[in-house]
Amino acid sequence: MATLSRADVEHVAHLARLGLTDDELRLLEGQLNHILDQYAILATVPTDHIAPTAQTIELENILREDVARPSLPREAVLANAADHDGERIVVPAILGGD
Amino acid sequence: MADLSTATSHPTRLHAHQMAAALRAGDVSARELATAHLDLAERQDRGLNAWLTIDRERALAEADAADARLATARAEGTAALTALHPLLGVPIALKDLVSLKGGQCTAGSRILEGYRAPYDAHITERLRDVGAVILGKTNMDEFAMGSSTEHSAFGPTANPWDLGRVPGGSSGGSAAAVAAYHTPLSIGTDTGGSIRQPAAMTGIVGLKPTYGRVSRYGIVAFASSLDQVGPFARDARDAAALLHAVAGRDDRDSTSSPTPVPDALLHLPDGDDEAAAALRGKRFGLPREYFVAGMEPGVEARVREAVAALEAAGAIVDEVSLPHTEYGLATYYIVAPAEASANLARYDGIRYGPRLGEGGDVLAGYLATRGQGFGAEVKRRIMLGTYALSAGYYDAYYLKAQKVRTLIKGDFDTLWAQGFDALVAPTSPTVAFRFGARMADPVAMYLSDACTLPVNMAGLPGVSIPAGLSEGLPVGLQLIGAPWSEPALLGLARGYEGITADADWRRLEPPGLAALDDPATPSLRR
Repeated sequence: MATLSRADVEHVAHLARLGLTDDELRLLEGQLNHILDQYAILATVPTDHIAPTAQTIELENILREDVARPSLPREAVLANAADHDGERIVVPAILGGD
Repeated sequence: MADLSTATSHPTRLHAHQMAAALRAGDVSARELATAHLDLAERQDRGLNAWLTIDRERALAEADAADARLATARAEGTAALTALHPLLGVPIALKDLVSLKGGQCTAGSRILEGYRAPYDAHITERLRDVGAVILGKTNMDEFAMGSSTEHSAFGPTANPWDLGRVPGGSSGGSAAAVAAYHTPLSIGTDTGGSIRQPAAMTGIVGLKPTYGRVSRYGIVAFASSLDQVGPFARDARDAAALLHAVAGRDDRDSTSSPTPVPDALLHLPDGDDEAAAALRGKRFGLPREYFVAGMEPGVEARVREAVAALEAAGAIVDEVSLPHTEYGLATYYIVAPAEASANLARYDGIRYGPRLGEGGDVLAGYLATRGQGFGAEVKRRIMLGTYALSAGYYDAYYLKAQKVRTLIKGDFDTLWAQGFDALVAPTSPTVAFRFGARMADPVAMYLSDACTLPVNMAGLPGVSIPAGLSEGLPVGLQLIGAPWSEPALLGLARGYEGITADADWRRLEPPGLAALDDPATPSLRR
């Protein structure tokens, strides 16, 4: 199975939007590779004709009428936001160059 | 039994069904019950750290409402009293990932510090409907990722049996609170063993229901194809009554099942002999793969003794094989982190929780908030899951794990088709371990769940019940059933209680409780 390099760990951290310190990256490189070693056992299991299981009960296609239903009041939603202007959640600039 | 002297002098020592009887008899009020538990929890939690919040004011208001319902029913007569739900007026605790409107809901994480739930979880609504008295919220491994409660951002929870040891996890606070008599009932969640393993390590009953049995609406998600909500209690009857209160279809969780919730859950036998009789002729499978390398001899001895006791009571126990068990750990530690990495993408410092870092653009905000807000184990699992789902590795890891999951589930299906009523196995390969013993090696920590996580992979119900002590610490016996078999499964658990009702270990209280009353015991809270 694959081995993760330091660059791989940094790439995965970026994909996961985790800002990690040098110490964390170094520790994770060792720990993730140790855990990936444990995964290697799965490669020995023949599964060519086995369907994947995503969930275990027989429910499918749970549908409902598309009707408007009451939602939380605006102030209840805004109360937990890090920043808001009373009507909207305020977020950092998402387009570069202001 | 609920006699007057116990109800008034030591109300915290009653089981929930005994409290229900005492409430109906007028021997105790819901306010007295709530007050006794709140007083004990507030006095002892310094050294236990089972609770993240205790809300006395709200609990007493709920208790008064329960007393009013009891008084009304009493005025109407016996039929009205009998019709009341057995949880009316009975104290309960919620793991701190269950939404309670207006209350904090940290999931054990700094990234949700200050967040207040704007609505009730489905199960919180159900508990309010039946009149249970919610005392507060309990400690847990951050986002339910862990097997010791040491991964809580707010400090570890101690085990009432030995304050230097963990209570198991991730629902360690809910388990320790019941074991320490701070509450007769609590709610946990179980993704790979997080109800059953701490129940085993603290000497109480913990049930992971069938996947889909209980709605997860309003409960912080970890791994959505595995997570289930379930009860902790001091016996099988109480666990059954709590499951009855919270189970059933909820339109707001499309994975919750319309399968009926049988009233049989409210009618497990009272008498020990009647309970024991239910074991006669029942077929148990004893999976040989669950006696794993690293299992402590004392744990294996208690499980083998329990098997002998079941046989002596007329049950048939056959050794069976679940041949794909050895792949369970690797499969679980791909599927669960992959789903977690997706579920935890929502914690970005925008809609809830603190926004950390020095400002800057939106990406810098995400990196700082998530990098500083999550603890080490959560970051490790997000990294694992993100990697397993990333381009080029999806087939080798996630898809492969889902295929092996099919084989693991198939092992169980084969045994149900052969007519087994339940499987009997250890819950945890070891008794409670010392603080710090497994923190340096994530794989060693993951091995704690080797006997429980295949049950989640297959979506089955499993219950851990006390089966005596090894080296003075509790050992759990795990009973695993076919989907939707909770009433029968808890009936078998009740049967085991019946045949061990006179065992000496059932009379013991956790020896750590005395030290909790000592003001010199250091605080575990961070």
